Amino acid sequence: MSTDTTAASAGTVPAGAGPDSAGPDRAQYGLAAVVALLGAYTIYDATTLAVGFADPVGPRVFPYIIGTVMIGLGALLAVATARGDRPAAEDGEDVDLTTPADWPTVLKLIAVFVVNIVLVDVLGWAVTGAILFAGCTWALGSRTLIKDVLIGIVLSVGSWYAFYVGLNIPLTPGILDGIL
Amino acid sequence: MESLDLLRGGLEAALSPENLLWAALGVLLGTFVGVLPGIGPAMAVALLLPATYGLEPTAAFIMFAGIYYGGMYGGSTTSILLNTPGESSSVMTAIEGNKMAKRGRAAQALASAAIGSFIAGTIGTLLVVFFAPALADVAVDIGAPSYFAIMLLAIVLVTAVLGSSRLRGFIALFLGLTIGLVGLDLSTGQPRLDLGQSLLADGLDIVVVAVGIFALGEALWVAAHLRRSPLTVIPTGRPWMGRDDWRRSWKPWLRGTALGFPFGAVPAGGAETPTFLSYILERRLAGKDHEFGQGAIEGVAGPEAANNASAAGTFVPLLALGLPVTATASIMLAALQGYGIQPGPQLMTTQSDLVWTLLASLLIGNTLLLVLNLPLAPAWAKLLRTPRPYLYAGILFFAALGAYTVNQQPFDLLLLLVFGLLGLAMRRFALPVLPLILGVILGPLMEVKMREALAISGGDASALVSEPLAVVVYAIIVIALVGSVLAGRRAKRSTLDTEPDTDTVPKQKEHV
Repeated sequence: MSTDTTAASAGTVPAGAGPDSAGPDRAQYGLAAVVALLGAYTIYDATTLAVGFADPVGPRVFPYIIGTVMIGLGALLAVATARGDRPAAEDGEDVDLTTPADWPTVLKLIAVFVVNIVLVDVLGWAVTGAILFAGCTWALGSRTLIKDVLIGIVLSVGSWYAFYVGLNIPLTPGILDGIL
Repeated sequence: MESLDLLRGGLEAALSPENLLWAALGVLLGTFVGVLPGIGPAMAVALLLPATYGLEPTAAFIMFAGIYYGGMYGGSTTSILLNTPGESSSVMTAIEGNKMAKRGRAAQALASAAIGSFIAGTIGTLLVVFFAPALADVAVDIGAPSYFAIMLLAIVLVTAVLGSSRLRGFIALFLGLTIGLVGLDLSTGQPRLDLGQSLLADGLDIVVVAVGIFALGEALWVAAHLRRSPLTVIPTGRPWMGRDDWRRSWKPWLRGTALGFPFGAVPAGGAETPTFLSYILERRLAGKDHEFGQGAIEGVAGPEAANNASAAGTFVPLLALGLPVTATASIMLAALQGYGIQPGPQLMTTQSDLVWTLLASLLIGNTLLLVLNLPLAPAWAKLLRTPRPYLYAGILFFAALGAYTVNQQPFDLLLLLVFGLLGLAMRRFALPVLPLILGVILGPLMEVKMREALAISGGDASALVSEPLAVVVYAIIVIALVGSVLAGRRAKRSTLDTEPDTDTVPKQKEHV
């Protein structure tokens, strides 16, 4: 999927791009904003709580403390970012940080996952599980669709029976109700 | 010895053929998942937790113990046969282990790791048997103010002293504390941060949070940076050791155990420090004509033993205080809570059957691990060649399955995705995972203890320092914070021109 990466790197700073890429990590301002906003919302949410009579501390104190510190941390992160702080993105066995981030693949995976969330109650796990597996292999670059779907069906139907027979937990059967 | 009698009782309960089967299944599943690249013990435990639902607690714990040790051992197999270690606890094993494998001594490296893990795990578990009840006896008398202080110490140590950036550690911690706020306030019954969603009012299921951040977050992060050129996996035969390997391994095993256990028992982030110390120690003791750098078996034996002994050590604060100090222990605590078991110093007395069965299960799981994994190592090595699309699609599949089975709510899958995206962002912005998980778990407990302490005093904040133990713990917190700042500053001065950040330790992946 090397063709996708050019579009992805246009808008975002590639993670772990190395010390040679100039300027602050702009996306980190976004993180700082999210942290501070979460803190502000936590404080707001706490103001809507009623304080009990017998309780000298009440349900507000902890959120107040947490929210205040979060706003402070957001500000500190923004300052650190402006002063050139860059995150050392996480490395791993299958992670190659030398290439720019491949966000289209991530978006495809998220889309497949959302399909699963929307359909799981209607179609049942045995169907959406297979879609989830095959869809993810496709998003990750596998091009053997029939084989992937077959593996997905084995996994989803197998896990359905494993939970039903082995652990006595019936997962949603969905449209296959009565067949499984 | 009372403890030994209780342990014998636990062993009798755990040693039925059916329970042995659960243990074996746990070991196999745990190793299977742990061997997969990118999956550490914590993720293995979180992913496989739903597989223990529906079992009665004894069987579930036995399977769980197998999963735990299996996941740990799987991680070291990966780091020996692949060059890049998956989690920080395996970094030191990988250095010499992979060099041994390249020289055709993979079988000996795997054997020394497996036997060392077994010895360290067994000694470590026996030490837990002696220390945990004693600590619990003392801890029963600890009041709410001291309890609050001890939990504060745990999160401060994990956040400020470990890891490369204190700012990022604290952001992760407070994100976790915020997540922990979601749900009903325990004493007034009002929902907090529920966004008007009744499904959020019950609070967030820790399995969904953990699987989202560990499994989904990791899969999405890898997807964004998938290595297109496959790593070379070194093939291996059945692990075995020659007489010379035994002679060189047994002392490092014991020294590693001695280093690992105490570090696991205090809130110092698990295996990272003791494995490092063990490696340094073995290297120093190896003398002049050592093999270090070309694949020395001592460099595998010591750190692996330290790793497993520290994993056993984490059970001391977990069982005696209800205090988790690693991500894996946090998930185990959540598992205990899932069975309606209240962790804390009373656990050893109120649920003594369960605790002793769990400890006995750890011994059994550890033994089965050795018996099953020595012959199976070549098969596990083949697993490392799984095509990556299948591997990560499989992780996403099982993560979804695990989150869905908790309550069978599509809403949980949505939450899983939200936390998966949070996990992705954390990896992108180098936020450490451990402080977040500890924040989620310990935040609500800390609030309970703080309010308990202040309710007695009628809101007078001085109640928090009304116990001598609490004062001592606060003093330790201050010393740790000041020490960490000073150490960071010194490191900064020495690397001022190269690195603007306070990266004092080599970049390592967390113990997940």
